[in-house]
Amino acid sequence: MKPKTNLHPKWRELKLTGRLLRSNPTAMAGLIILVAMGLMALCAGWLAPYDPIKLSLGERLQPPGAVHWFGTDEMGRDILSRVMFGARISLRIGFVVICIAGGLGSVIGAVAGYYGGRVDNIIMRVMDVILSFPSLVLAMALAAAMGPSLNNAIMAVAFVMIPKFARLVRGEALSVKEMPFIAAARVSGARNRWIIAHHILPNCLNSVIVLGTLTLGDTILIAASLSFIGLGAQPPTPEWGAMISVGRKFLLDQWWYATFPGLFILTTVIGFNILGDALRDILDPRIRR
Amino acid sequence: MTPVIETRNLVKQFRIADGFLWRRPKRLMAVDHVSLMVRRGETLGLVGESGSGKSTVGNCLLRLLKANSGRVLFNGQDILSMKESDFHRIRGKLQVVFQDPQSSLDPRMTVQKIVGYPLRLQQGITGRSLEDRVMAVLKDVGLQQEHVDRYPHEFSGGQRQRIGIARALITGPEFIVFDEPTSALDVSVQAQILNLIGGLQKAHGYTYLFISHDLAVVRHISSRIAVMYLGSVVEASPKRQFFSNPCHPYTKALIASVPRPDPLHRQNLAILHGDVPSPLHIPTGCRFHPRCPEVMAICRKTPPPHVAVGNDHWVDCHLYT
Repeated sequence: MKPKTNLHPKWRELKLTGRLLRSNPTAMAGLIILVAMGLMALCAGWLAPYDPIKLSLGERLQPPGAVHWFGTDEMGRDILSRVMFGARISLRIGFVVICIAGGLGSVIGAVAGYYGGRVDNIIMRVMDVILSFPSLVLAMALAAAMGPSLNNAIMAVAFVMIPKFARLVRGEALSVKEMPFIAAARVSGARNRWIIAHHILPNCLNSVIVLGTLTLGDTILIAASLSFIGLGAQPPTPEWGAMISVGRKFLLDQWWYATFPGLFILTTVIGFNILGDALRDILDPRIRR
Repeated sequence: MTPVIETRNLVKQFRIADGFLWRRPKRLMAVDHVSLMVRRGETLGLVGESGSGKSTVGNCLLRLLKANSGRVLFNGQDILSMKESDFHRIRGKLQVVFQDPQSSLDPRMTVQKIVGYPLRLQQGITGRSLEDRVMAVLKDVGLQQEHVDRYPHEFSGGQRQRIGIARALITGPEFIVFDEPTSALDVSVQAQILNLIGGLQKAHGYTYLFISHDLAVVRHISSRIAVMYLGSVVEASPKRQFFSNPCHPYTKALIASVPRPDPLHRQNLAILHGDVPSPLHIPTGCRFHPRCPEVMAICRKTPPPHVAVGNDHWVDCHLYT
């Protein structure tokens, strides 16, 4: 017996995914960026040289240098430390939004695609209505209506993202439900709900992961935009978008204030995008091996 | 011998375009008043061109498609009018093996899960006892113990079809529909699978409906053969008579169209002219009359009668009245 049969089959698939990831330089670049960001966020408490919200008015608006690598803001707070702590918030927003939107959107899409007919029509027209607004504008309106707070911003962004997942999964469900293995499951005695949960959704998972990775970047951008106009994270919380918002006033004379948070948003979004692109190829079962 | 499964005037139409304002919905007659029966322990071969409705008959028998009218009797019980919950109880007695072993196995499930699935869903068997049952049935279809933890893509076509057969067998069915189980396989593997299917029947007394367009395969496995043309059965007879005394002109053409490996026997293979008419516009009278070499005046107007031409040999044709 070959040694690989000793491993649980799920592990073998995971190991294969890992191997494909390692042999794909773009994917690795994205992954390294994101792991670095994640570690920075997790270990911000140890890594950050200063307290991100402690004021020291004597050191206001210092340019980048040996003491403050990224300079300080108008309250004398160290921008490097604030950027590090800001990663926590941005990444958390991103993941929470994608989990909510990806989960709800997938179920909605799978139900629409699987049942078809009137159910499909009603659900997808509602989704079309949401999609017909520019996502940033709709998220702004919702966040404003619910009141400015980080949690409301998260819910607003998640709501806006739901149709993207619903549309994707509906399309996949339409093709998966015609596969003979669905008929086989029905002959085996599976009911509709069971089939959706155990066959339709798992077979859409790869696409959802890819879309989730790709939209994580968008999500972080939208959340930062909400904070920028004051609807997301509230001061003195160190959030990248909120920092840019304040730093914009100082952009001409103190370029470092808005630039460093901006660079981090840029890097994170690029990281998610290239990882998502690469995952699309890696997880595609047709070109997998 | 009593029939295990019997269809009476089974009708299945597909709506292929919705009616809108003055436009009437278009209907495709896939199965038109089909009456068939399969006796216990026998194999009924159902042959016909693609689009003749033979797979649709199979799907209606398993309630994968909802028939428009007619009855399907399983051991005398009408299963089409059964409530879902009642039908759930006898699900395991009626199983199916599909044509394409690749797409009929969920790529995200291991063999253990796929094969044990019907038992788990119908009888709630899990854990150790489920594993034992799966092992036993895998052995029956010629797969090894170490195969259970693998995914379908790790197998060859023939092995995948064995997995599909194992899934159909695990609930101890009485009746199995084989929907072209060998047409996606290499010829050498086809023979193995056919022998497996035949051997299982001998050992366990299963009743089969074997759907195929390949006369050689059907000849090998069937005890009786029924021919479908454009949604209706035109002839049904025991295998020997089917090949020695074909009655319907369409059956004759089918048999004559099989190439013979005999260099002295040169023949023109194009026996039938024209294409199968569209099932949207089924010809009046006998549906075969536009292509029939022996067409008569009556064929264009009156549907043919159901005539007994021999022992257990039925044909729908005006030639025999």
